[in-house]
Amino acid sequence: MIRLNDLKVSYRIGNRVIDAVDGVNLTIPDNCIVGIAGESGSGKSTLMKAIYGDIQQPMYLSRGSIDYGLKGTDGKPVTTANIGKEWFKTVSYIPQSSMNSLNPVIRIREQFIDFPGTDSNKKRVLERARQYIGKLGLPPEAMDSYPHQLSGGMRQRVMIALATFFQPELIIADEPTTALDVVVQKEILMLLMELQEQMGNTILVVSHDMGVHYQVTHKMLIMYAGRVVEYGDTESVFADPQHAYTRMLIDSLPTIGDDSMRGVMASAAGASGDRAYDAQPVLVEVKPNHFVAQSTAAKTLVAGATL
Amino acid sequence: MGLLSFIAKRIGLYFVVLFIGLTITFMLPRLMPINPVDGYIGQLQSRANGTLTSEAIAEMRVTLEQLYGLNGNVFVQYVSYLKRIVFSFDFGPSFTYYPQPVSAMIMNALPWTLGLLLTSTVIAWTLGNLVGLVAGYFHKKKAASILEFVGILLYPIPYYILAVSMLLLLAYIFPIFPLSATFPVGQMTPEKFGMIIYNSLLPGITLVLAGFGWNILSMKALTVATTEEPYVVYARLKGASNWTRMTRYVFRNALLPQVTALALSLGMVFNGALLTEMIFSYPGLGLVMRTAANGGDYNVLYGAITISIISVATAGLVIDLLYPLLDPRIRHK
Amino acid sequence: MSMDVNNLDPVAVVVAPTPASASRGSLVWLVNFRLGLGLLILAIMGLGSFILPNFAPVDPSLQASYMRNLPVSGIHLLGTNALGQDIFWFLVFGIRNSLTLGILVAVGVTIIATLVGLSAGYIGGKFERIVMLFVDTFITMPLLPILIILGALIRGNTSFLTVGIIIVLFGWAWDARTVRSMALSLREREFINMARFSGANTMQILLREIFPYVSAYMVVGFINTVLFAINIEATLAVIGLSKVEVPTLGSIIFWALNYNALFTGQYVWLVAPIIATITLFLGLFLTSTGFNQAFASKRGVS
Repeated sequence: MIRLNDLKVSYRIGNRVIDAVDGVNLTIPDNCIVGIAGESGSGKSTLMKAIYGDIQQPMYLSRGSIDYGLKGTDGKPVTTANIGKEWFKTVSYIPQSSMNSLNPVIRIREQFIDFPGTDSNKKRVLERARQYIGKLGLPPEAMDSYPHQLSGGMRQRVMIALATFFQPELIIADEPTTALDVVVQKEILMLLMELQEQMGNTILVVSHDMGVHYQVTHKMLIMYAGRVVEYGDTESVFADPQHAYTRMLIDSLPTIGDDSMRGVMASAAGASGDRAYDAQPVLVEVKPNHFVAQSTAAKTLVAGATL
Repeated sequence: MGLLSFIAKRIGLYFVVLFIGLTITFMLPRLMPINPVDGYIGQLQSRANGTLTSEAIAEMRVTLEQLYGLNGNVFVQYVSYLKRIVFSFDFGPSFTYYPQPVSAMIMNALPWTLGLLLTSTVIAWTLGNLVGLVAGYFHKKKAASILEFVGILLYPIPYYILAVSMLLLLAYIFPIFPLSATFPVGQMTPEKFGMIIYNSLLPGITLVLAGFGWNILSMKALTVATTEEPYVVYARLKGASNWTRMTRYVFRNALLPQVTALALSLGMVFNGALLTEMIFSYPGLGLVMRTAANGGDYNVLYGAITISIISVATAGLVIDLLYPLLDPRIRHK
Repeated sequence: MSMDVNNLDPVAVVVAPTPASASRGSLVWLVNFRLGLGLLILAIMGLGSFILPNFAPVDPSLQASYMRNLPVSGIHLLGTNALGQDIFWFLVFGIRNSLTLGILVAVGVTIIATLVGLSAGYIGGKFERIVMLFVDTFITMPLLPILIILGALIRGNTSFLTVGIIIVLFGWAWDARTVRSMALSLREREFINMARFSGANTMQILLREIFPYVSAYMVVGFINTVLFAINIEATLAVIGLSKVEVPTLGSIIFWALNYNALFTGQYVWLVAPIIATITLFLGLFLTSTGFNQAFASKRGVS
């Protein structure tokens, strides 16, 4: 269980401070896939960076904390301070641009063993990785190729293999399928779901594609302007979106036979009217496991809602 | 197949460049309004105080034109020029050191030039790239900008200024090296060899400094750009160490354009070497050219320019053919 | 945004440093340390060398105007040389002549390079390949031997102008390559296609759409060419193959070396032009990279 306690993440640029994530309270349960949606600039990438522990100048945690509820390989609890040592051990990461995320001039196998996660026994890791990639639909020779010799889908499988090989407790996937065509996209998502089921760990999937979220995730998190506006079981969120912004995102999904464009425009207009909420919205549990941001003036106020 | 076609294309380009280069060399003097034969005859005439008879001059003209390869129309001259170079590597005799053949003079000087040039270029390129890599990889740190400053300071200084400054500094103010070096000839002894190395140090240092600045700046800029690449970011998020990222990720990738840059800049590096040799009286091709230019020894000049074009083009070819070793995208298509 | 480092023109990278992050005021982009320092150096040397010659007591290129080898004094700020010329005035005239030559050559080079580079990059196809073959040949060919042979041929009959024209003829290739790679990247841009679809002809597109975009880079290329031209002329002068009677940054060193200034202890004769050259070249280089930073940060803002 990962708990975010009033997390605020800011960037210091010159003399200005920009709060990219502004007071997020969340509980992410174990063994599930959580989707994170929101437009660019909504803070979803920053939130992911913060959870992954990739906190570098000019970004910093200005308030709150993250409880990972995980034990590192050395048996100590994982914290923001020491999570860097757990990268590709207990937490791992699947990048967005699989096209450019592999070093073009060295072989795949070498990129499998050039980080501390493999320091113990590189030879053995390599042997097991060779077998492992077979299970992920990759030919064993893929290990001996250079990235440019693999297709986009194969490369993304390599990234997934790298991220899952050490059976991490938490995986963060940043737009894992954006660069792929639709058929490959589906295969990759299926693979990810399958692996999650086997490992029983938590995967956070960032995507702006609501279709991806609908197909893959158990829970949905909608971000807007650095805040969580809605969080709940995916089915519930899609069936009965509470926040105007969520509705807009869901309506933007084209469905067959739908006069979709008109719908999008209409709901976008509607959403913009609703966007003005006050400074400190609070997440309110409107249904079991389904929270929505409401202004403090709202009637059903559940103080300190733990999500 | 990709690799073979790459090599075939590159070798094809080599011959085209050689052909164009040699053609330009051939055409240029013939496009100039000045005839070297007239100039030479004028010189002799004035030396003889105008006592030469017109028959003697006409006879001399025929001989000279033959020696210069100036008989027949331009096309005939061109064909025989190419033929002589390609088949017999023959540039005719030197005038100043008649009848010594030009090719022999050049062959004597060439090893000196290549030795100095190769050594200094390799050192400058290696050092410059390492310093540039560090300056670029840690570009957010203050100390790194000092390294870049060295490059900014060195790069715009022309070769001749560096050479003269070196003389001034290391031969005049601090007399570590002789003001005018002598290079022993004849049978090589360890003593002579040591003397050659010692006397080559000043021109060598000049060339290294000149190449060093460019390589720092170029490598630094490439490194900064490469550190932003997604594969370097991903390597960091995998937990790969700074060392791994700097050497295996950034360096290996930033090196590729640097190799291309080296091949492209060889002409300029060669220019610098010639100039440095002239200033330090180093017995290479540069000195041969200077002496020939002062004495109007055109056959020697043609020979030297031809061999310059061939050397630079060949070195460029070698570098470009080594490139696939560094870039698997060309090796494995 | 990332770029494909492996397809990068290494030359373009060096002249285009990392985008500056400073983006505060409206005109702040124009002021950065490098540009400021570079322009200051250029302003002092440029104005000084163009205004001061009007006050010169005699033409410094005339020999035996003064006693030979006079030390540094109030009358002769840098002393006189073995030819009886005032070193200070010779240097001032030299800087002026070198700068003038550099600017004239850069104008010529820029015109040729832009025409060749733009047309190659924009027209493309076979035309481009043939043009680039010549450009690359010119780039890889060692320039100095060719200049030496030309210098040897025309020596004595040359004018300072001829030297300039020769440098133009052999100096355009590098710039043409840069212009062409910019044109290539521009060819694929949206607004060019818009212009093409709306019926503009090639010439109009070149002039109205591409040229304004490229002109920022051309400022930088221009300064670099001034640097190159001064360097080449001085190089030829140092080995005695330019018009060495004309004072330039190179000819002063030629005379100093020829009269063995170091053996006779007249180090001022050598040190003064060395310092002047390094300062001038540093000024030009700082201006060009400074401009680049400024353009880069401006592009980053907009």
